[in-house]
Amino acid sequence: MNKARRNPFNVAASHAILLTYTVIALFPVFVILINSFKTRKAIFREPLAFPDADSFSLIGYQTVMKQGDFFQYFQNSMIVTVASLFFVLLFGAMAAFALAEYRFKGNTLMGLYLALGIMIPIRIGTVAILELMVSTGLVNTLWALILVYTAQGLPLAVFILSEFMRQVSDDLKNAGRIDGLSEYTIFFRLVLPLVRPAMATVAVFNMIPIWNDLWFPLILAPAEEVKTLTLGSQVFIGQFVTDWNAVLSALSMAILPVMVLYVIFSRQLIRGITSGAVK
Amino acid sequence: MSQANRKPRFKWHIVVFLAPAVLVYTAIMIFPLFNTLRLALFSEVDQVRVFTGLDNFRTLFGDPRWSESFWNALGNNFWFFVIHMVVQNPIGILLAAILSHPRLRFATLYRSAIFVPTILSFVIIGFAWKLILSPIWGIAPDMLDAIGLKFLYAPWLGKEEYALTTLALVSVWQFVGIPMMLIYAALLSIPEEVLEAGEIDGVTGASAFWKIKLPLILPSIGIISILTFVGNFNAFDLIYAAQGALAGPDYSTDILGTFMYRTFFGFQLQLGDPHMGSAIATAMFGIILIGVCIYLFGIQTRMRRYQF
Repeated sequence: MNKARRNPFNVAASHAILLTYTVIALFPVFVILINSFKTRKAIFREPLAFPDADSFSLIGYQTVMKQGDFFQYFQNSMIVTVASLFFVLLFGAMAAFALAEYRFKGNTLMGLYLALGIMIPIRIGTVAILELMVSTGLVNTLWALILVYTAQGLPLAVFILSEFMRQVSDDLKNAGRIDGLSEYTIFFRLVLPLVRPAMATVAVFNMIPIWNDLWFPLILAPAEEVKTLTLGSQVFIGQFVTDWNAVLSALSMAILPVMVLYVIFSRQLIRGITSGAVK
Repeated sequence: MSQANRKPRFKWHIVVFLAPAVLVYTAIMIFPLFNTLRLALFSEVDQVRVFTGLDNFRTLFGDPRWSESFWNALGNNFWFFVIHMVVQNPIGILLAAILSHPRLRFATLYRSAIFVPTILSFVIIGFAWKLILSPIWGIAPDMLDAIGLKFLYAPWLGKEEYALTTLALVSVWQFVGIPMMLIYAALLSIPEEVLEAGEIDGVTGASAFWKIKLPLILPSIGIISILTFVGNFNAFDLIYAAQGALAGPDYSTDILGTFMYRTFFGFQLQLGDPHMGSAIATAMFGIILIGVCIYLFGIQTRMRRYQF
Protein backbone atom coordinates (compact mmCIF):
# COMPACT_ATOMS: atom_id res chain seq x y z
CA MET A 1 0.00 0.00 0.00
CA ASN A 2 1.47 3.33 -0.91
CA LYS A 3 0.65 6.86 0.10
CA ALA A 4 -1.34 7.78 -2.94
CA ARG A 5 -4.22 5.63 -1.78
CA ARG A 6 -4.04 6.51 1.89
CA ASN A 7 -5.17 10.04 2.43
CA PRO A 8 -6.43 10.97 5.93
CA PHE A 9 -8.88 13.50 4.55
CA ASN A 10 -10.41 10.89 2.30
CA VAL A 11 -10.76 8.51 5.20
CA ALA A 12 -12.67 11.08 7.24
CA ALA A 13 -14.88 11.94 4.28
CA SER A 14 -15.51 8.25 3.61
CA HIS A 15 -16.66 7.67 7.15
CA ALA A 16 -18.82 10.77 7.05
CA ILE A 17 -20.61 9.60 3.90
CA LEU A 18 -21.04 6.04 5.10
CA LEU A 19 -22.23 7.13 8.51
CA THR A 20 -24.75 9.53 7.00
CA TYR A 21 -26.14 6.83 4.78
CA THR A 22 -26.23 4.32 7.62
CA VAL A 23 -28.33 6.76 9.63
CA ILE A 24 -30.66 7.25 6.67
CA ALA A 25 -30.97 3.48 6.25
CA LEU A 26 -31.68 2.71 9.88
CA PHE A 27 -33.64 5.78 10.96
CA PRO A 28 -37.17 4.63 9.96
CA VAL A 29 -36.71 1.23 11.61
CA PHE A 30 -35.41 2.92 14.73
CA VAL A 31 -38.30 5.37 14.92
CA ILE A 32 -40.88 2.61 14.54
CA LEU A 33 -39.25 0.43 17.18
CA ILE A 34 -38.86 3.05 19.91
CA ASN A 35 -42.34 4.47 19.42
CA SER A 36 -43.98 1.07 19.61
CA PHE A 37 -43.12 1.03 23.32
CA LYS A 38 -44.66 4.40 24.12
CA THR A 39 -48.02 5.74 25.14
CA ARG A 40 -50.13 7.43 22.51
CA LYS A 41 -49.43 10.85 23.98
CA ALA A 42 -45.68 10.34 23.99
CA ILE A 43 -45.70 9.10 20.42
CA PHE A 44 -47.00 12.45 19.29
CA ARG A 45 -45.31 14.72 21.80
CA GLU A 46 -41.76 13.48 21.39
CA PRO A 47 -41.52 11.01 18.55
CA LEU A 48 -37.73 10.90 18.61
CA ALA A 49 -37.27 10.32 22.36
CA PHE A 50 -36.59 6.92 23.86
CA PRO A 51 -39.40 5.52 26.01
CA ASP A 52 -38.86 6.34 29.68
CA ALA A 53 -40.66 5.36 32.87
CA ASP A 54 -43.38 7.88 32.14
CA SER A 55 -44.02 7.14 28.51
CA PHE A 56 -43.39 3.39 28.46
CA SER A 57 -46.43 1.38 27.46
CA LEU A 58 -47.20 -1.98 25.91
CA ILE A 59 -50.77 -1.12 25.02
CA GLY A 60 -50.06 -1.46 21.29
CA TYR A 61 -48.70 -4.96 21.68
CA GLN A 62 -51.69 -5.93 23.81
CA THR A 63 -54.10 -4.77 21.09
CA VAL A 64 -52.16 -6.67 18.46
CA MET A 65 -52.14 -9.85 20.52
CA LYS A 66 -55.86 -9.62 21.12
CA GLN A 67 -56.96 -8.78 17.60
CA GLY A 68 -54.63 -10.45 15.16
CA ASP A 69 -53.57 -14.05 15.16
CA PHE A 70 -49.93 -13.26 14.69
CA PHE A 71 -48.66 -16.63 15.89
CA GLN A 72 -50.80 -18.33 13.28
CA TYR A 73 -49.49 -15.95 10.59
CA PHE A 74 -45.95 -16.49 11.72
CA GLN A 75 -46.38 -20.24 11.62
CA ASN A 76 -47.86 -20.07 8.10
CA SER A 77 -44.97 -17.95 6.86
CA MET A 78 -42.52 -20.33 8.45
CA ILE A 79 -44.11 -23.41 6.86
CA VAL A 80 -44.30 -21.79 3.43
CA THR A 81 -40.73 -20.51 3.52
CA VAL A 82 -39.12 -23.66 4.85
CA ALA A 83 -41.07 -26.01 2.58
CA SER A 84 -40.42 -23.88 -0.51
CA LEU A 85 -36.71 -23.69 0.26
CA PHE A 86 -36.58 -27.44 0.76
CA PHE A 87 -38.14 -28.12 -2.63
CA VAL A 88 -36.14 -25.45 -4.42
CA LEU A 89 -32.91 -26.90 -3.05
CA LEU A 90 -33.77 -30.57 -3.57
CA PHE A 91 -35.28 -30.28 -7.05
CA GLY A 92 -32.86 -27.56 -8.08
CA ALA A 93 -29.81 -29.56 -7.02
CA MET A 94 -31.08 -32.71 -8.75
CA ALA A 95 -31.68 -30.88 -12.03
CA ALA A 96 -28.41 -29.01 -11.72
CA PHE A 97 -26.59 -32.32 -11.22
CA ALA A 98 -28.21 -33.82 -14.30
CA LEU A 99 -27.23 -30.80 -16.40
CA ALA A 100 -23.70 -30.54 -15.05
CA GLU A 101 -22.84 -34.24 -14.93
CA TYR A 102 -24.34 -36.03 -17.90
CA ARG A 103 -24.02 -35.44 -21.58
CA PHE A 104 -27.30 -36.14 -23.27
CA LYS A 105 -29.26 -34.87 -26.20
CA GLY A 106 -30.95 -31.59 -25.41
CA ASN A 107 -28.75 -30.77 -22.42
CA THR A 108 -28.05 -27.20 -23.52
CA LEU A 109 -31.65 -26.70 -24.58
CA MET A 110 -32.90 -27.91 -21.22
CA GLY A 111 -30.49 -25.55 -19.48
CA LEU A 112 -31.80 -22.62 -21.52
CA TYR A 113 -35.39 -23.64 -20.91
CA LEU A 114 -34.86 -23.69 -17.16
CA ALA A 115 -32.95 -20.39 -17.31
CA LEU A 116 -35.87 -18.58 -19.00
CA GLY A 117 -37.47 -18.01 -15.64
CA ILE A 118 -34.51 -16.04 -14.29
CA MET A 119 -35.48 -12.98 -16.29
CA ILE A 120 -39.23 -13.39 -16.69
CA PRO A 121 -41.16 -12.77 -13.48
CA ILE A 122 -43.67 -15.45 -12.53
CA ARG A 123 -46.20 -12.74 -11.67
CA ILE A 124 -47.00 -12.26 -15.35
CA GLY A 125 -48.77 -15.63 -15.27
CA THR A 126 -50.86 -14.83 -12.20
CA VAL A 127 -54.26 -14.98 -13.93
CA ALA A 128 -53.64 -18.51 -15.18
CA ILE A 129 -51.96 -19.59 -11.93
CA LEU A 130 -55.08 -18.59 -10.02
CA GLU A 131 -57.26 -20.55 -12.47
CA LEU A 132 -55.00 -23.55 -12.10
CA MET A 133 -55.14 -23.38 -8.31
CA VAL A 134 -58.92 -22.96 -8.36
CA SER A 135 -59.39 -25.96 -10.64
CA THR A 136 -57.08 -28.14 -8.54
CA GLY A 137 -58.69 -26.98 -5.31
CA LEU A 138 -55.42 -25.61 -3.94
CA VAL A 139 -56.66 -22.05 -3.47
CA ASN A 140 -56.42 -20.95 0.13
CA THR A 141 -54.00 -23.70 1.02
CA LEU A 142 -50.35 -23.25 1.86
CA TRP A 143 -49.54 -25.70 -0.94
CA ALA A 144 -50.50 -23.13 -3.54
CA LEU A 145 -47.86 -20.77 -2.19
CA ILE A 146 -45.25 -23.49 -1.74
CA LEU A 147 -45.66 -24.63 -5.35
CA VAL A 148 -45.48 -21.10 -6.73
CA TYR A 149 -42.38 -20.20 -4.75
CA THR A 150 -40.72 -23.47 -5.69
CA ALA A 151 -41.30 -22.76 -9.37
CA GLN A 152 -40.14 -19.20 -8.90
CA GLY A 153 -36.91 -20.19 -7.15
CA LEU A 154 -35.90 -23.10 -9.38
CA PRO A 155 -34.39 -21.26 -12.39
CA LEU A 156 -31.78 -19.32 -10.43
CA ALA A 157 -31.10 -22.32 -8.16
CA VAL A 158 -30.41 -24.61 -11.12
CA PHE A 159 -28.22 -21.95 -12.72
CA ILE A 160 -26.09 -21.29 -9.63
CA LEU A 161 -25.87 -24.90 -8.46
CA SER A 162 -24.88 -26.30 -11.84
CA GLU A 163 -21.99 -23.83 -11.97
CA PHE A 164 -20.77 -25.20 -8.67
CA MET A 165 -21.38 -28.84 -9.53
CA ARG A 166 -19.15 -28.56 -12.58
CA GLN A 167 -16.30 -27.83 -10.19
CA VAL A 168 -16.73 -31.07 -8.23
CA SER A 169 -13.86 -33.38 -9.17
CA ASP A 170 -14.63 -36.07 -11.74
CA ASP A 171 -12.12 -38.42 -10.13
CA LEU A 172 -14.15 -38.52 -6.95
CA LYS A 173 -17.35 -39.42 -8.78
CA ASN A 174 -15.64 -41.98 -10.97
CA ALA A 175 -14.02 -43.56 -7.91
CA GLY A 176 -17.50 -43.91 -6.49
CA ARG A 177 -18.72 -45.50 -9.71
CA ILE A 178 -15.87 -48.03 -9.65
CA ASP A 179 -16.86 -48.91 -6.10
CA GLY A 180 -20.29 -49.71 -7.45
CA LEU A 181 -22.23 -46.77 -6.07
CA SER A 182 -25.41 -45.93 -7.90
CA GLU A 183 -25.80 -42.52 -9.52
CA TYR A 184 -28.25 -41.57 -6.78
CA THR A 185 -25.82 -42.45 -4.03
CA ILE A 186 -23.11 -40.46 -5.80
CA PHE A 187 -25.41 -37.46 -5.93
CA PHE A 188 -26.69 -37.60 -2.36
CA ARG A 189 -23.56 -38.87 -0.60
CA LEU A 190 -20.68 -37.40 -2.57
CA VAL A 191 -21.82 -34.32 -4.47
CA LEU A 192 -24.44 -32.72 -2.24
CA PRO A 193 -22.18 -32.36 0.81
CA LEU A 194 -19.55 -30.71 -1.38
CA VAL A 195 -21.87 -28.02 -2.73
CA ARG A 196 -23.35 -27.20 0.66
CA PRO A 197 -22.00 -23.60 0.65
CA ALA A 198 -23.65 -22.94 -2.71
CA MET A 199 -26.90 -24.43 -1.41
CA ALA A 200 -26.77 -22.08 1.55
CA THR A 201 -26.31 -19.14 -0.81
CA VAL A 202 -29.33 -20.18 -2.87
CA ALA A 203 -31.38 -20.65 0.28
CA VAL A 204 -30.56 -17.21 1.62
CA PHE A 205 -31.30 -15.58 -1.74
CA ASN A 206 -34.72 -17.21 -1.89
CA MET A 207 -35.66 -16.85 1.73
CA ILE A 208 -36.18 -13.09 1.90
CA PRO A 209 -38.34 -12.64 -1.22
CA ILE A 210 -40.54 -15.58 -0.19
CA TRP A 211 -40.97 -14.34 3.35
CA ASN A 212 -41.74 -10.80 2.21
CA ASP A 213 -44.00 -11.53 -0.76
CA LEU A 214 -47.39 -9.87 -0.68
CA TRP A 215 -48.71 -10.53 -4.19
CA PHE A 216 -49.28 -14.29 -4.12
CA PRO A 217 -50.62 -14.55 -0.55
CA LEU A 218 -53.04 -11.77 -1.44
CA ILE A 219 -54.27 -13.54 -4.56
CA LEU A 220 -53.86 -17.26 -3.83
CA ALA A 221 -54.27 -17.58 -0.07
CA PRO A 222 -56.13 -14.64 1.50
CA ALA A 223 -58.17 -16.76 3.95
CA GLU A 224 -57.62 -16.08 7.62
CA GLU A 225 -56.17 -19.49 8.51
CA VAL A 226 -53.54 -19.46 5.75
CA LYS A 227 -52.49 -15.79 5.86
CA THR A 228 -48.76 -15.24 5.91
CA LEU A 229 -47.17 -12.77 8.28
CA THR A 230 -46.65 -10.21 5.51
CA LEU A 231 -50.27 -10.31 4.37
CA GLY A 232 -51.51 -10.58 7.94
CA SER A 233 -49.71 -7.45 9.03
CA GLN A 234 -50.85 -5.64 5.89
CA VAL A 235 -54.51 -6.42 6.58
CA PHE A 236 -54.16 -5.79 10.30
CA ILE A 237 -52.50 -2.42 9.84
CA GLY A 238 -55.09 -1.50 7.23
CA GLN A 239 -57.85 -2.05 9.79
CA PHE A 240 -56.14 -0.18 12.59
CA VAL A 241 -54.82 2.84 10.73
CA THR A 242 -55.96 5.23 13.42
CA ASP A 243 -54.70 3.19 16.35
CA TRP A 244 -51.10 4.33 16.26
CA ASN A 245 -49.97 2.12 19.13
CA ALA A 246 -51.30 -0.98 17.43
CA VAL A 247 -49.88 -0.07 14.03
CA LEU A 248 -46.42 0.65 15.38
CA SER A 249 -46.42 -2.55 17.42
CA ALA A 250 -47.62 -4.62 14.49
CA LEU A 251 -44.84 -3.15 12.35
CA SER A 252 -42.26 -3.94 15.00
CA MET A 253 -43.50 -7.48 15.27
CA ALA A 254 -43.23 -7.88 11.52
CA ILE A 255 -39.71 -6.46 11.54
CA LEU A 256 -38.47 -8.72 14.32
CA PRO A 257 -38.39 -12.16 12.64
CA VAL A 258 -36.72 -10.80 9.51
CA MET A 259 -34.11 -9.02 11.57
CA VAL A 260 -33.37 -12.20 13.51
CA LEU A 261 -33.00 -14.15 10.26
CA TYR A 262 -30.77 -11.40 8.89
CA VAL A 263 -28.50 -11.40 11.91
CA ILE A 264 -28.14 -15.17 11.64
CA PHE A 265 -27.61 -15.29 7.89
CA SER A 266 -26.11 -11.93 6.97
CA ARG A 267 -22.59 -13.29 6.61
CA GLN A 268 -23.81 -16.05 4.36
CA LEU A 269 -25.89 -13.61 2.33
CA ILE A 270 -23.14 -11.07 1.86
CA ARG A 271 -20.58 -13.74 1.09
CA GLY A 272 -23.01 -15.20 -1.43
CA ILE A 273 -23.52 -11.93 -3.24
CA THR A 274 -19.90 -10.90 -3.19
CA SER A 275 -18.58 -14.28 -4.27
CA GLY A 276 -20.05 -13.53 -7.66
CA ALA A 277 -22.87 -16.04 -7.53
CA VAL A 278 -25.06 -13.62 -9.46
CA LYS A 279 -22.77 -12.59 -12.26
CA MET B 1 -17.07 -40.80 -19.69
CA SER B 2 -15.80 -43.93 -21.31
CA GLN B 3 -18.35 -46.39 -19.99
CA ALA B 4 -21.08 -44.54 -21.85
CA ASN B 5 -19.70 -45.74 -25.15
CA ARG B 6 -19.79 -49.36 -24.18
CA LYS B 7 -23.46 -49.95 -24.32
CA PRO B 8 -25.90 -47.25 -25.27
CA ARG B 9 -28.93 -47.81 -23.07
CA PHE B 10 -31.49 -45.42 -21.78
CA LYS B 11 -30.32 -43.64 -18.69
CA TRP B 12 -33.29 -43.45 -16.39
CA HIS B 13 -31.45 -41.62 -13.67
CA ILE B 14 -31.13 -38.52 -15.83
CA VAL B 15 -34.91 -38.44 -16.17
CA VAL B 16 -35.35 -38.97 -12.44
CA PHE B 17 -32.96 -36.14 -11.64
CA LEU B 18 -34.58 -33.71 -14.05
CA ALA B 19 -38.24 -34.63 -13.71
CA PRO B 20 -39.29 -32.91 -10.45
CA ALA B 21 -37.76 -29.55 -11.32
CA VAL B 22 -38.95 -29.61 -14.93
CA LEU B 23 -42.47 -30.70 -13.95
CA VAL B 24 -42.99 -28.08 -11.25
CA TYR B 25 -41.39 -25.36 -13.34
CA THR B 26 -43.40 -26.21 -16.43
CA ALA B 27 -46.71 -26.67 -14.63
CA ILE B 28 -46.56 -23.62 -12.34
CA MET B 29 -44.49 -21.18 -14.35
CA ILE B 30 -44.22 -21.79 -18.09
CA PHE B 31 -47.68 -23.22 -18.70
CA PRO B 32 -49.54 -20.46 -16.80
CA LEU B 33 -47.38 -17.86 -18.51
CA PHE B 34 -48.48 -18.99 -21.97
CA ASN B 35 -51.98 -19.67 -20.75
CA THR B 36 -52.18 -16.06 -19.60
CA LEU B 37 -51.07 -14.89 -23.03
CA ARG B 38 -53.78 -17.13 -24.51
CA LEU B 39 -56.48 -15.93 -22.11
CA ALA B 40 -55.85 -12.40 -23.31
CA LEU B 41 -57.52 -13.44 -26.57
CA PHE B 42 -60.78 -14.43 -24.87
CA SER B 43 -63.66 -12.60 -23.29
CA GLU B 44 -66.57 -13.54 -21.16
CA VAL B 45 -69.95 -13.13 -22.78
CA ASP B 46 -72.99 -14.25 -20.77
CA GLN B 47 -70.72 -16.20 -18.44
CA VAL B 48 -69.25 -18.20 -21.28
CA ARG B 49 -65.68 -17.83 -22.37
CA VAL B 50 -65.52 -16.95 -26.05
CA PHE B 51 -62.60 -16.34 -28.36
CA THR B 52 -62.48 -12.70 -29.36
CA GLY B 53 -59.05 -12.40 -30.93
CA LEU B 54 -57.38 -9.09 -30.34
CA ASP B 55 -60.52 -7.36 -29.06
CA ASN B 56 -59.13 -6.99 -25.54
CA PHE B 57 -56.10 -5.20 -26.89
CA ARG B 58 -58.31 -3.02 -29.08
CA THR B 59 -60.21 -2.05 -25.91
CA LEU B 60 -57.02 -1.56 -23.93
CA PHE B 61 -55.42 0.74 -26.48
CA GLY B 62 -58.47 2.07 -28.28
CA ASP B 63 -61.15 2.71 -25.67
CA PRO B 64 -60.26 6.06 -24.12
CA ARG B 65 -61.31 4.94 -20.62
CA TRP B 66 -58.89 2.01 -20.74
CA SER B 67 -56.11 3.51 -22.77
CA GLU B 68 -55.92 6.56 -20.55
CA SER B 69 -55.34 4.35 -17.50
CA PHE B 70 -52.90 2.18 -19.37
CA TRP B 71 -50.72 5.01 -20.65
CA ASN B 72 -50.90 6.66 -17.25
CA ALA B 73 -49.66 3.48 -15.59
CA LEU B 74 -46.98 2.92 -18.21
CA GLY B 75 -45.76 6.52 -17.98
CA ASN B 76 -45.67 6.35 -14.20
CA ASN B 77 -43.80 3.07 -14.43
CA PHE B 78 -41.18 4.67 -16.67
CA TRP B 79 -40.73 7.56 -14.27
CA PHE B 80 -40.41 5.03 -11.44
CA PHE B 81 -37.66 3.28 -13.40
CA VAL B 82 -35.88 6.53 -14.33
CA ILE B 83 -35.70 7.59 -10.68
CA HIS B 84 -34.17 4.24 -9.81
CA MET B 85 -31.59 4.52 -12.55
CA VAL B 86 -30.49 8.07 -11.76
CA VAL B 87 -30.66 7.90 -7.97
CA GLN B 88 -30.26 4.31 -6.84
CA ASN B 89 -27.38 3.26 -9.06
CA PRO B 90 -25.10 6.29 -8.55
CA ILE B 91 -25.60 6.11 -4.77
CA GLY B 92 -24.94 2.37 -4.88
CA ILE B 93 -21.75 2.89 -6.88
CA LEU B 94 -20.57 5.67 -4.57
CA LEU B 95 -21.12 3.59 -1.44
CA ALA B 96 -19.46 0.56 -3.02
CA ALA B 97 -16.47 2.62 -4.14
CA ILE B 98 -15.98 3.91 -0.61
CA LEU B 99 -16.54 0.51 0.98
CA SER B 100 -14.07 -1.21 -1.33
CA HIS B 101 -11.31 1.06 -0.14
CA PRO B 102 -8.74 -1.24 1.43
CA ARG B 103 -8.29 -0.97 5.19
CA LEU B 104 -11.46 0.98 5.72
CA ARG B 105 -12.51 0.34 9.30
CA PHE B 106 -16.00 -0.90 10.20
CA ALA B 107 -16.64 -1.77 6.54
CA THR B 108 -18.61 -4.89 7.47
CA LEU B 109 -20.71 -2.96 9.93
CA TYR B 110 -21.63 -0.28 7.39
CA ARG B 111 -22.35 -2.89 4.75
CA SER B 112 -24.71 -4.85 6.98
CA ALA B 113 -26.49 -1.73 8.22
CA ILE B 114 -27.04 -0.26 4.76
CA PHE B 115 -28.45 -3.59 3.59
CA VAL B 116 -31.09 -3.71 6.35
CA PRO B 117 -33.89 -1.92 4.42
CA THR B 118 -33.50 -4.40 1.55
CA ILE B 119 -34.51 -7.33 3.73
CA LEU B 120 -37.66 -5.70 5.12
CA SER B 121 -40.97 -6.30 3.42
CA PHE B 122 -42.72 -3.69 1.32
CA VAL B 123 -45.54 -3.69 3.82
CA ILE B 124 -43.26 -2.58 6.62
CA ILE B 125 -41.46 -0.08 4.42
CA GLY B 126 -44.65 1.35 2.96
CA PHE B 127 -46.32 1.92 6.31
CA ALA B 128 -43.18 3.09 8.07
CA TRP B 129 -42.59 5.84 5.52
CA LYS B 130 -46.25 6.69 5.40
CA LEU B 131 -46.14 7.33 9.14
CA ILE B 132 -42.88 9.25 9.01
CA LEU B 133 -43.99 11.50 6.17
CA SER B 134 -47.43 11.95 7.64
CA PRO B 135 -48.36 15.50 8.61
CA ILE B 136 -50.28 14.10 11.59
CA TRP B 137 -47.28 12.57 13.28
CA GLY B 138 -45.02 15.37 12.24
CA ILE B 139 -41.61 13.71 12.27
CA ALA B 140 -40.68 14.91 8.80
CA PRO B 141 -41.83 18.54 9.24
CA ASP B 142 -40.22 18.73 12.70
CA MET B 143 -36.92 17.48 11.40
CA LEU B 144 -36.99 19.95 8.52
CA ASP B 145 -37.88 22.64 11.02
CA ALA B 146 -34.81 21.75 13.08
CA ILE B 147 -32.55 22.63 10.16
CA GLY B 148 -34.62 25.63 9.17
CA LEU B 149 -36.17 24.15 6.05
CA LYS B 150 -39.73 23.73 7.19
CA PHE B 151 -41.06 25.63 4.18
CA LEU B 152 -39.95 22.68 2.04
CA TYR B 153 -42.37 20.33 3.73
CA ALA B 154 -45.50 19.16 1.99
CA PRO B 155 -47.64 16.08 2.57
CA TRP B 156 -45.71 14.38 -0.22
CA LEU B 157 -47.62 11.14 -0.38
CA GLY B 158 -50.93 12.99 -0.57
CA LYS B 159 -50.07 15.35 -3.42
CA GLU B 160 -50.53 14.19 -6.97
CA GLU B 161 -47.41 15.90 -8.23
CA TYR B 162 -45.07 14.44 -5.58
CA ALA B 163 -46.53 11.09 -4.59
CA LEU B 164 -45.00 8.94 -7.31
CA THR B 165 -41.54 10.47 -6.98
CA THR B 166 -41.70 10.08 -3.20
CA LEU B 167 -42.60 6.40 -3.50
CA ALA B 168 -39.86 5.87 -6.07
CA LEU B 169 -37.37 7.40 -3.65
CA VAL B 170 -38.64 5.17 -0.85
CA SER B 171 -38.10 2.21 -3.15
CA VAL B 172 -34.61 3.49 -3.95
CA TRP B 173 -33.93 3.78 -0.24
CA GLN B 174 -35.00 0.19 0.17
CA PHE B 175 -32.99 -1.32 -2.66
CA VAL B 176 -29.79 0.67 -2.70
CA GLY B 177 -28.13 -2.29 -0.94
CA ILE B 178 -28.32 -4.48 -4.03
CA PRO B 179 -26.32 -2.34 -6.49
CA MET B 180 -23.98 -1.53 -3.63
CA MET B 181 -23.23 -5.20 -2.98
CA LEU B 182 -22.90 -6.19 -6.63
CA ILE B 183 -20.62 -3.27 -7.50
CA TYR B 184 -18.65 -3.89 -4.33
CA ALA B 185 -18.06 -7.48 -5.44
CA ALA B 186 -17.02 -6.31 -8.89
CA LEU B 187 -14.61 -3.74 -7.45
CA LEU B 188 -12.99 -6.32 -5.18
CA SER B 189 -12.33 -8.58 -8.15
CA ILE B 190 -10.14 -5.96 -9.86
CA PRO B 191 -6.60 -7.20 -9.36
CA GLU B 192 -4.13 -5.11 -7.42
CA GLU B 193 -1.58 -5.18 -10.30
CA VAL B 194 -3.91 -3.27 -12.59
CA LEU B 195 -4.32 -0.50 -10.05
CA GLU B 196 -0.61 -0.44 -9.32
CA ALA B 197 0.20 -0.21 -12.99
CA GLY B 198 -2.09 2.81 -13.11
CA GLU B 199 -0.34 4.36 -10.15
CA ILE B 200 3.02 4.05 -11.81
CA ASP B 201 1.56 6.00 -14.71
CA GLY B 202 0.32 8.60 -12.23
CA VAL B 203 -3.35 7.63 -12.27
CA THR B 204 -4.53 7.71 -8.67
CA GLY B 205 -7.49 8.62 -6.51
CA ALA B 206 -10.55 9.85 -8.34
CA SER B 207 -9.06 9.55 -11.80
CA ALA B 208 -8.16 5.93 -11.07
CA PHE B 209 -11.83 5.41 -10.35
CA TRP B 210 -13.08 7.04 -13.54
CA LYS B 211 -10.40 5.71 -15.87
CA ILE B 212 -9.68 2.24 -14.54
CA LYS B 213 -12.33 0.96 -12.16
CA LEU B 214 -15.47 2.31 -13.80
CA PRO B 215 -14.79 0.78 -17.23
CA LEU B 216 -14.05 -2.53 -15.51
CA ILE B 217 -17.32 -2.60 -13.59
CA LEU B 218 -19.52 -1.60 -16.55
CA PRO B 219 -20.78 -5.18 -17.06
CA SER B 220 -22.00 -5.23 -13.45
CA ILE B 221 -23.76 -1.90 -13.97
CA GLY B 222 -25.44 -3.43 -17.02
CA ILE B 223 -26.71 -6.38 -15.00
CA ILE B 224 -27.98 -4.07 -12.27
CA SER B 225 -29.80 -1.96 -14.84
CA ILE B 226 -31.66 -4.93 -16.31
CA LEU B 227 -32.48 -6.30 -12.85
CA THR B 228 -33.85 -2.89 -11.91
CA PHE B 229 -35.86 -2.74 -15.13
CA VAL B 230 -37.49 -6.13 -14.64
CA GLY B 231 -38.07 -5.45 -10.95
CA ASN B 232 -39.66 -2.06 -11.58
CA PHE B 233 -41.95 -3.21 -14.36
CA ASN B 234 -43.54 -5.86 -12.22
CA ALA B 235 -43.48 -3.84 -8.99
CA PHE B 236 -46.69 -3.77 -7.03
CA ASP B 237 -46.25 -4.34 -3.33
CA LEU B 238 -44.88 -0.98 -2.25
CA ILE B 239 -47.57 1.05 -4.02
CA TYR B 240 -50.26 -1.31 -2.76
CA ALA B 241 -48.99 -1.17 0.82
CA ALA B 242 -48.62 2.61 0.88
CA GLN B 243 -51.47 3.83 -1.33
CA GLY B 244 -53.82 0.85 -1.68
CA ALA B 245 -55.13 -0.75 -4.87
CA LEU B 246 -56.44 2.59 -6.13
CA ALA B 247 -52.89 3.96 -6.25
CA GLY B 248 -53.99 7.38 -5.14
CA PRO B 249 -54.13 10.28 -5.06
CA ASP B 250 -56.22 10.13 -8.22
CA TYR B 251 -54.19 7.28 -9.79
CA SER B 252 -51.05 9.38 -9.75
CA THR B 253 -49.02 6.44 -8.40
CA ASP B 254 -50.66 3.80 -10.57
CA ILE B 255 -48.12 1.49 -12.19
CA LEU B 256 -48.64 -1.57 -14.38
CA GLY B 257 -48.67 -3.96 -11.41
CA THR B 258 -51.42 -2.13 -9.54
CA PHE B 259 -53.36 -1.52 -12.77
CA MET B 260 -53.28 -5.24 -13.55
CA TYR B 261 -54.30 -6.14 -10.01
CA ARG B 262 -57.30 -3.80 -10.09
CA THR B 263 -58.40 -4.99 -13.51
CA PHE B 264 -57.97 -8.66 -12.78
CA PHE B 265 -59.31 -8.73 -9.24
CA GLY B 266 -61.78 -5.89 -9.34
CA PHE B 267 -62.11 -3.16 -6.75
CA GLN B 268 -64.98 -1.35 -5.13
CA LEU B 269 -67.77 -1.38 -7.71
CA GLN B 270 -65.88 -2.61 -10.74
CA LEU B 271 -65.95 -6.37 -11.22
CA GLY B 272 -62.76 -8.25 -11.86
CA ASP B 273 -62.03 -9.22 -15.44
CA PRO B 274 -59.42 -11.97 -15.81
CA HIS B 275 -59.29 -11.52 -19.57
CA MET B 276 -58.49 -7.83 -19.50
CA GLY B 277 -56.08 -8.64 -16.69
CA SER B 278 -54.37 -11.12 -19.00
CA ALA B 279 -54.19 -8.51 -21.73
CA ILE B 280 -52.37 -6.16 -19.37
CA ALA B 281 -50.11 -9.00 -18.24
CA THR B 282 -49.33 -9.67 -21.90
CA ALA B 283 -48.39 -6.02 -22.38
CA MET B 284 -46.12 -6.23 -19.32
CA PHE B 285 -44.59 -9.41 -20.69
CA GLY B 286 -43.91 -7.63 -23.97
CA ILE B 287 -42.30 -4.65 -22.25
CA ILE B 288 -40.07 -6.84 -20.08
CA LEU B 289 -39.14 -8.98 -23.08
CA ILE B 290 -38.15 -5.90 -25.10
CA GLY B 291 -36.05 -4.64 -22.19
CA VAL B 292 -34.31 -7.99 -21.73
CA CYS B 293 -33.65 -8.30 -25.48
CA ILE B 294 -32.20 -4.78 -25.66
CA TYR B 295 -29.92 -5.74 -22.81
CA LEU B 296 -28.91 -9.17 -24.12
CA PHE B 297 -28.34 -8.23 -27.75
CA GLY B 298 -27.76 -4.49 -27.67
CA ILE B 299 -25.72 -3.97 -24.54
CA GLN B 300 -24.24 -7.18 -23.22
CA THR B 301 -22.69 -8.35 -26.49
CA ARG B 302 -21.08 -4.97 -27.07
CA MET B 303 -19.64 -4.68 -23.64
CA ARG B 304 -15.99 -5.58 -23.40
CA ARG B 305 -15.27 -8.06 -20.67
CA TYR B 306 -11.87 -8.31 -19.18
CA GLN B 307 -10.42 -11.56 -17.98
CA PHE B 308 -7.74 -11.49 -15.36
